[in-house]
Amino acid sequence: MGDPNNISPAGEGRFSHKKLERNVSLLGFFALIAVAIGGIVEIAPLFWIKSTVEKVDGMRPYTPLELAGRNIYMREGCYTCHSQMIRPFRDEVERYGHYSLAAESMYDHPFQWGSKRTGPDLARVGGRYSDEWHVQHLVDPQSVVPESIMPPYAFLAERDLKAGDMKNDLTALSRVGVPYTKEAIAAANDDLQAQADPSIDGSEVAARYPKAQIRDFDGNPNRLTEMDALVAYLQMLGTLVDVDKAQPQQVAASADSAKGDK
Amino acid sequence: MSEDKRIDEPTGTDFVGHEWDGIEELNTPLPRWWLWTFYLTVIWSLVYVVLYPAWPLISGATAGTLGWTSRGQLESEMQAAQQQRAPILAALAQTPLEDLPANRQLMATAIEGGKAAFKVHCVQCHGSGADGIRPGSGYPNLNDDDWLWGGSMSEIQYTLEHGIRSPDHEDTRFSQMPAFGEILSASEIDAVTSHTLNLAGEGPANATGAQLYEQNCTICHGTTGQGDRSQGAPNLTDAIWLFGGSRDDIRTTIVNSRQGVMPRWNDKLDPVTIKMLTAYVWSLGGGEQSARPDATQAATDGGSSDAGSE
Repeated sequence: MGDPNNISPAGEGRFSHKKLERNVSLLGFFALIAVAIGGIVEIAPLFWIKSTVEKVDGMRPYTPLELAGRNIYMREGCYTCHSQMIRPFRDEVERYGHYSLAAESMYDHPFQWGSKRTGPDLARVGGRYSDEWHVQHLVDPQSVVPESIMPPYAFLAERDLKAGDMKNDLTALSRVGVPYTKEAIAAANDDLQAQADPSIDGSEVAARYPKAQIRDFDGNPNRLTEMDALVAYLQMLGTLVDVDKAQPQQVAASADSAKGDK
Repeated sequence: MSEDKRIDEPTGTDFVGHEWDGIEELNTPLPRWWLWTFYLTVIWSLVYVVLYPAWPLISGATAGTLGWTSRGQLESEMQAAQQQRAPILAALAQTPLEDLPANRQLMATAIEGGKAAFKVHCVQCHGSGADGIRPGSGYPNLNDDDWLWGGSMSEIQYTLEHGIRSPDHEDTRFSQMPAFGEILSASEIDAVTSHTLNLAGEGPANATGAQLYEQNCTICHGTTGQGDRSQGAPNLTDAIWLFGGSRDDIRTTIVNSRQGVMPRWNDKLDPVTIKMLTAYVWSLGGGEQSARPDATQAATDGGSSDAGSE
């Protein structure tokens, strides 16, 4: 008795742990409160603290083709081996480039940060290799990286891209806050074609989606394949934001007064 | 629930009050070491909250008295690393490219630095031995002295900075061989293939092929097939084949035209790293003293790249 960990009856009239243990509704209620405090403290501030998502220039919603590629990326489970999150560590920054900014995944639903790197991080893989390399690598990874253990995805080059009605994808995303315009949604299926087909004028895609790369991606201009979409997505990753111009977070967070210069 | 306090004789602890078929639950206290560890973690959490960013407020979190941030830590680590390398990097930045090989110590440093950067950024295409993974892969072997666009320090640096056919980049090295499958008939292409093999000393002469070559290919590859570096037209006489040297490979190249793409790196790497990569690639064995204006090729004009070399 008198042991501090003894949480049983401290007194008859006062709060008794035994009462809590024997009343399911009461236990549920207090458990909810306990968990909610933890949740509110950890999650809620992210919605109002300004430094959570730093302001950057250049972020734009994905083009329909990139989005279709992203859907393939998710369908094939690429995220189980590849992360898209460069952490602020020296070894990662020196290998993959500038650490990832929250703003760079603000149009990701769901995000593709991943939690495991069997293969390398892909957050800034865009523009580092040629389209041909990507195609070759996806068809037969060991042909370019002999020590790779990645499985082949050769079928992507043989399958026509059946993305479905991209208007639906864009509409769904716009409902969760991705700023697609009405015109962009209406033109989604045309834009999907135009980005990868050299015979179609891609100037509208370029106007709607700055920095969009418009060309045939899979080496076969006559067909729009799943390979086109996936390579278009990969070649875009990490190329939108000029990260060196983005304000470092500690400057934004450490002093409120230091805000406003960008 | 008032139960009389009963003490379990053998252990000296009291009962919780639960009983199942005569088996009662003891209220055994937690071990003392566990309890004190728990108290210590509580105290540490209080210290931590003071030292490190912790409580979310209206416009930001409490910064903590240490002022620590993960990105700030990275910044200082990077600066420390940078400072360690600063003298060498400064020397490299100041030394003009063409003077680098003369400064043996600095050159050796640059080569080592380039080697490290090469392993991170270049091996995916050029292979870990810089040999282009394997002959005919489409990725140039950098160990030989056969260059598509030139093997002097400045030419290598330009290729690294701006890439080859790097998409959406104005200054990139660019040339395009037509797909002769749409220009010549199948038998004509066979003849040109024979002549191309003949140029490399790998097959008998073919008069028709020679004539077609004269009409279609000399403008880029030169009359004797020596190529033209000003437009990346490969030398056809050296039997080094970028996209494979079998009869089928060469035929495919002529029919479809094959063009490799190297991304530009001046948007991804800093100038000193590119300089070190230049030194490394130059040192691999094929480095040339200076950009040599090839008198034999200076007059040619046009565009091409095909079964060739590096």
